[in-house]
Amino acid sequence: MKWITNKTVQSLLHHSTFVLFAIVLTVFGLLSQSFFSFQNLINVLTQASSLGIIATGMTFVLLTAGIDLSVGSIMFLAGVISSKMVVAGFPLWMAFSVVLAVGILFGLMNGFLVVRAKIVPFIVTLATFYMGRGLGLFLSETRAINLPDSFLKIGSTQFFGIPFPIIAFVCVVVIGHLLLTKTVFGKQVYAVGHSTLKSKKAGIKVNGILLKAYLICGLCASIGGLVAISQLGAVSPTFGLQSEFMAIAAAVLGGTSLFGGKGTVFPGTLVGVLLVQCIQNGLVMVNADPYLYPLITGGVIFLVVLIDSLRHLQQQKLKRWGIHQK
Amino acid sequence: MLLEFKDIHKSFGEVAVLKGIRLALETGSVLGLVGENGAGKSTLMNILGGIVPLSSGKMELSGKVYSPDSPNDAQTNGIAFIHQELNLFPNLSIAENLFIVNFPKKKVMGCHFLDRKTAREKTEKILSQVGLDVSPNMPVANLTAAQRQMVEIAKALSTNPKIVIFDEPTTSLTRHEAQKLFNLIRSLKNEGLAIVFISHNLDDVMQLTDHIAVLRDGELIAHDETTSYTIPTLVNLMIGRDMGDFIPRRDTVTSGETCLEVSGLKAGYIGPLDFSIEKGEVLGFYGLVGAGRSEMIRMVYGLDPMEMGTLRWNGRKMHNLNPVKWIKQGVAFLTENRQDEGLMIDQTIAKNVQLAVLPRYTKSLNRVDYKEVGKRSRAQADAVNTKYQNFTTQVVSTLSGGNQQKVVLAKWLLTKPELLILDEPTKGIDIGAKHEIYTLINALVKSGSSTVLISSEIEELLGLCDRIIVMSEGRISREFKKEEFERSAILEAALHHTEEEVL
Repeated sequence: MKWITNKTVQSLLHHSTFVLFAIVLTVFGLLSQSFFSFQNLINVLTQASSLGIIATGMTFVLLTAGIDLSVGSIMFLAGVISSKMVVAGFPLWMAFSVVLAVGILFGLMNGFLVVRAKIVPFIVTLATFYMGRGLGLFLSETRAINLPDSFLKIGSTQFFGIPFPIIAFVCVVVIGHLLLTKTVFGKQVYAVGHSTLKSKKAGIKVNGILLKAYLICGLCASIGGLVAISQLGAVSPTFGLQSEFMAIAAAVLGGTSLFGGKGTVFPGTLVGVLLVQCIQNGLVMVNADPYLYPLITGGVIFLVVLIDSLRHLQQQKLKRWGIHQK
Repeated sequence: MLLEFKDIHKSFGEVAVLKGIRLALETGSVLGLVGENGAGKSTLMNILGGIVPLSSGKMELSGKVYSPDSPNDAQTNGIAFIHQELNLFPNLSIAENLFIVNFPKKKVMGCHFLDRKTAREKTEKILSQVGLDVSPNMPVANLTAAQRQMVEIAKALSTNPKIVIFDEPTTSLTRHEAQKLFNLIRSLKNEGLAIVFISHNLDDVMQLTDHIAVLRDGELIAHDETTSYTIPTLVNLMIGRDMGDFIPRRDTVTSGETCLEVSGLKAGYIGPLDFSIEKGEVLGFYGLVGAGRSEMIRMVYGLDPMEMGTLRWNGRKMHNLNPVKWIKQGVAFLTENRQDEGLMIDQTIAKNVQLAVLPRYTKSLNRVDYKEVGKRSRAQADAVNTKYQNFTTQVVSTLSGGNQQKVVLAKWLLTKPELLILDEPTKGIDIGAKHEIYTLINALVKSGSSTVLISSEIEELLGLCDRIIVMSEGRISREFKKEEFERSAILEAALHHTEEEVL
């Protein structure tokens, strides 16, 4: 039990993400010369944009001590609906509006079931996870849909040399960060995540906060879906699969606690997303066996969740022994 | 008259908790509200604070009818309630905690953003009013218990209240810190606020208040100026009879044979501790909140890990402690928190009582002999006088606190313990049930078992124990044999070396 109070171990546990980030960067930097090139940096950011947007939304839900498993399905549904509409000749803006509305609707449904029916978020979103994917498969008749060029143009548009996905990514992160740190809503999200009971006693409208958190998560998922397909050019039946887990992993990697009330969009989730994407990108750069990707990503997630749990256990123990951690 | 309670009645289901309370609060005075647990103090204050509605009667605030429908409503009417359990978010800063609902805002480009500067200035002002010299941006997680208490008070004051209710504010404070709090309360009084002060510590009540109201079993027994009471008269009014027959006497003496020996027990701020308990003895542990009594006994029982220490049970050294092992050895532990740890709150009485003895009543192939265990558990529950409608179908959460505690006791007595550890067994239960629990402890000890009794009620320990160990800040500060029992000396030992600490 001695090691747990050791200062070095503590600070390593505390900054585990940064330590891992440094290790990953060093390893890939040594293995591949072009890893640190400007072009690769832009690549990593572009590839990270979709995950980053949904992970930002996910952070809000995780902060309330909830979870949203349906984001991958919302992404998929966003892809299917928008591509169907564009292929059928609807204008882009209309397709986008419908997709964003679908994201909001799913978020509201999740939130409503959590708040009103008092069902555990895990179960609620597990149900909407299947419903969303099922609906998408039904609409697409489980066939891949190829997108018209107008769609792909958006993905490759550049402003001042910066690709559109990165700009969308940055915008979402900035807005998410401002919401959490500069508004009453943000502060109340942290309070609700710490304890719904205490929040109610303090006069916070807990249900409203939860509803908004799931709404934001659903909206981010649909935006993330649009950003992703604008780069891919096609919607396959497996599109968005496991994205929810990547998003949760990225948020947790960034220091967001699954127990709620702790975490940030910036720098937290942003760093988590970049870490996940750097691992993916780095493995490609060093020509690793593609079958190894999930194994390595899984290993990293396992490590981080383990660290989160250890950190929590340790704090509980110290608290029981009457030591308050600064 | 600032506020008047007029013939307040309140019942929860069949149980009448308040029976016609008439009471008035004046501006610029402190009212002490005393009474045993379950006397109705909290219910009365919860009605005032808008937490529960009253059943009949009415309240008048400055001459107008006042009927709050929520805590927020009570707050806007100028009533601030400082609960015993602090309602703070340790993951937020002091300023954020103060203004979590009504944060000052500013408009930037048509959007409402937090106005941190205004919030900081306001917080600084209120913090200096309560005498807390820390930055408003400090996370609450970094504050001590006393500082958190002050933040809670600051939060209450930030709403500009006319009436402030303090519910047991000193339980987690050292004496020095409590004195600081009292000075603050006095200055609030001088500013013209009406204060309600609820406390079990009668010394504090006598020292601080102008008037004292005594509640017993939902009725107002006495209401008079503080100077007209003494502590003994207060105690008599509260319990309605002499302490002498309230705690039943027991004439047995200890056997002199050691059954449990603890040496060098240590973890965190607790220890090293050495003590032992003899067969047929009731060993009491007294101390303030945070003295480490529960933490110590949880380690002994293997519920929390210890850093070092050895335990001998009947002379044999015990390794890798855990509750299963202890139950097999005949040691039972009634935990402090019956709702979370002592009971499966949504299960039936039968299932709860049987839980610990199921492995003992088995037929072939390890099947539980439900007939036998059912018979015995029902007999045990009846033996401890549990009042229930249906033993096999009624859920424990529908019982009163006292009957819930009897279910836990029945569970452990069914294991025929050689040593029964009781952590605050009478917390939050009514006087009748208390009396019965005392009788049960005496009966158990008469049959040759031993008991460890952790309690914050000093009278209870004085009446029941053969020996009292007083703990302070994780260590044993003094041990009292029965002939040395003295209220003031025990209290003093509990306060031992906490005096110099500063806020």
